[in-house]
Amino acid sequence: MNQKQRLLKDIGIVSFIIVELTLFLDTHPEDCKALEYYRHYNNIKQQLMKEFSQKYYPLTLDYVDCDKEWTWGMAPNPWEGVC
Amino acid sequence: MWNYEKRLQFPVNIKEPNAKLAQVIISQYGGPDGEMGASMRYLSQRYSIPYREVAGVLTDIGTEELAHLEMVATIVHQLTRNLSMEEIERSGLANYYVDHTVGVWPQAAGGVPFNACEFQVKGDIITDLHEDMAAEQKARSTYDNILRLIKDPDVCEPIKFLRAREIVHYQRFGEALRMTQDRLNAKNFYAFNPGFDMNEKC
Repeated sequence: MNQKQRLLKDIGIVSFIIVELTLFLDTHPEDCKALEYYRHYNNIKQQLMKEFSQKYYPLTLDYVDCDKEWTWGMAPNPWEGVC
Repeated sequence: MWNYEKRLQFPVNIKEPNAKLAQVIISQYGGPDGEMGASMRYLSQRYSIPYREVAGVLTDIGTEELAHLEMVATIVHQLTRNLSMEEIERSGLANYYVDHTVGVWPQAAGGVPFNACEFQVKGDIITDLHEDMAAEQKARSTYDNILRLIKDPDVCEPIKFLRAREIVHYQRFGEALRMTQDRLNAKNFYAFNPGFDMNEKC
């Protein structure tokens, strides 16, 4: 696994934690520990998304840098996989 | 409104095509207990839900189902990449191939096309949440059935992930049902439909 794949894997892990916390908080809105975890992991996700977009390609439109060219359309589609 | 992230919820990197398996797994794309039905069910049911928190559960689980739909499509796509004509004929994919080549089209394993009758929007929160809990269990059973047919770990891992999510969603829907019942008359949950009979309260 190269550095790019490693970073994408980390984004996947931290994003999954956020999905789980979101669903949990939907039915436990006052759980202080879950709220704290949400804040913590959301910060990490934003940092990793920014790092990935700067080094490779934007994962969401929020991270598109249109200085030189339109990088969003050029980015690989997720169903392509790595073989 | 939705935003797209150009990544899968769980990685799918299948090295060996397998057209036979693709024809079975496509059921979780457009079959009776598949992810298309799941996402459309929850996202459509939201509008007649009278409690904001419960509608929020439907929005977030419905959104996650869209990510699962993309994962299942990716599995089918990668299982049908680079097939020879001989493999298409030998695996029984020819009937599908004649109409769709190797594009991903929502149908059940038996060839029945996706339609909205795979799910219901009853406009009654208790009825709809019971359907949602049943739907999660039916999808879990389908993934269990699929897992018995798979040997390739590249396919097994994402399917195991999807199966586990059905169990978590079932749990969250159960909590949403409890939150709903806590607001109703404990002596008769069915005395009235809180999404219909109390409209003047909005």
